[in-house]
Amino acid sequence: MAHLARLARLAVSEDELDMFAGQLEVILGAVARVSEVAATDIPPTSHAVAMTNVFRADEVRPSLPREAVLAGAPAVENDKFRVPRILVEQS
Amino acid sequence: MSDLIRRTAADTAAKIVSGEVSAVEVAQAHLDRIAAVDGAVHAFLHVDSAGALAAARAVDERRAAGGELGPLAGVPLAMKDVVVTKDVPTTSGSKILQGWLPPYDATITTRIKHAGIVMLGKTNMDEFAMGSSTENSAYGPTHNPWDLSRIPGGSSGGSSAAVAAFEAPLSIGTDTGGSIRQPAAVTGIVGHKPTYGAVSRYGLIAFSSSLDQAGPFGRTVLDAALLHEVMAGHDPYDSTSLNVPVAPVVAAAREGARGDLTGTRIGIVRDLSGNGAGGYEPGVLASFEAAVATLRGLGAEIIEVSCPNFQYALAAYYLIAPSECSSNLARFDSVRYGLRVGDDGVNSLEDVMSLTREAGFGAEVKRRIIIGTYALSSGYYDAYYGQAQKVRTLISRDFAAAFGQVDVLISPTSPSVAFALGERVDDPMAMYVNDLCTLPASLAGTPAISVPSGLSVSSSHPPLPVGLQIMAPALADDRCYRVGAAFEAATETLSPPAEVLS
Repeated sequence: MAHLARLARLAVSEDELDMFAGQLEVILGAVARVSEVAATDIPPTSHAVAMTNVFRADEVRPSLPREAVLAGAPAVENDKFRVPRILVEQS
Repeated sequence: MSDLIRRTAADTAAKIVSGEVSAVEVAQAHLDRIAAVDGAVHAFLHVDSAGALAAARAVDERRAAGGELGPLAGVPLAMKDVVVTKDVPTTSGSKILQGWLPPYDATITTRIKHAGIVMLGKTNMDEFAMGSSTENSAYGPTHNPWDLSRIPGGSSGGSSAAVAAFEAPLSIGTDTGGSIRQPAAVTGIVGHKPTYGAVSRYGLIAFSSSLDQAGPFGRTVLDAALLHEVMAGHDPYDSTSLNVPVAPVVAAAREGARGDLTGTRIGIVRDLSGNGAGGYEPGVLASFEAAVATLRGLGAEIIEVSCPNFQYALAAYYLIAPSECSSNLARFDSVRYGLRVGDDGVNSLEDVMSLTREAGFGAEVKRRIIIGTYALSSGYYDAYYGQAQKVRTLISRDFAAAFGQVDVLISPTSPSVAFALGERVDDPMAMYVNDLCTLPASLAGTPAISVPSGLSVSSSHPPLPVGLQIMAPALADDRCYRVGAAFEAATETLSPPAEVLS
């Protein structure tokens, strides 16, 4: 559980881990029913009306104004998104 | 209660065209209604009075200048908060997007603006559309106008409650596993999930991309059809959008309203009518039986059909939807928009992401992200997501076989009437079974409508609405509307008891 939360970038609390663990066991038990269908020759479906290679014309269109996009950002510096440090010193 | 708010959308539009009433008067009447009752209903997360009145004024000016008005010009609408609206707050029911002002419009937002439809505001929903009750909203639940202690359905519960409470004649919802149809059923209104790809997903905040589909709510089948035709159509911005003519749903609704179903073959899905399986409330089954008799009385031929793979729909859905959501919600990374928590100059980007997502997402969203992460992880993908996508194929084949015998299929929309707020919040599986009847059409990508089917009368609850689900083959949305309108014509119109919101 803690491993999955870390993979999903969720800093879940101990209380949540306890609550989720029981619930997820029940849910995963229920969804495991998909294994009951024998499906060796069955292709997967993702769209009711099959489509392949959907293209649109390669036209240049105006993009959103920079200030409109940055207006929604949690932190901005020098007209760019500001992010916390990415590299962490190895101890 | 003002007459202006009780009218159908079709009637309101006609009276605006004829000049009997102005679009501004109509908008103001609905804003007044919202001010009067939304404290109790909580259908709206944001009311855009200034924007609504400006849009209404533009319609009135266009009419005064002799301009042509579309079939819904000047009609107010409530928009689910999962749909992006430029400069109007859009949260998808989540704290992680609190205060965000989108820099662009969704395609359906653009379409309703071009149609002269007046957007009143944004409606409450389960966070990121995950839920069946609106109780997963970060901003508190919506209350059912039939009984304020009960849920309005979900995830589009704000949109269903707004229409049922006469706060708007029309609204837009999205349906991933039943999120239009179940709220429509439990609030006694009409809601349609179009064929997947019929309505553009550009600008919908994605939950499960291979299932999400926006659609209309209205108090009549014709109103829903009129909105459907505004929303639907090919959009190059959505690569899954269908490049085909829009199904003639308005004509179908008008034809159906004549009330003749002679020659129409209707299939009862044995696997979705409570036979043997538990969980269906007696009031729901009684209403369904009465609906079958009504349809037979309209001249339809009723045939029982079996769709044996529908029993796997719930399991497949609760793998596919969480898998796709765990991927889609990765975009909430605290960098480009939304919340950021823990940016103290010491924490790394990864720490900040984890702290932000922990603080910004509610419990159900976290549960689904974790399930999806598990189902997609190396070594499990084939057994879970891959297998679930194969179940979709089997369900589609069941539909294809059934539609070889009948024109439409019917079932109850939901196994239960509106349940009490709080009743199922601690039990995710109890919440998930709400979707039992709606999931097959979601997984197959086929259209389905829910129309009011009378009241469930029981000693354990006040009279509460029940929905009849009508399912059709892909691209044949018009069949849902035709049969729905015929059924509507033969059924008594019901409104929530006036004293609930007096």
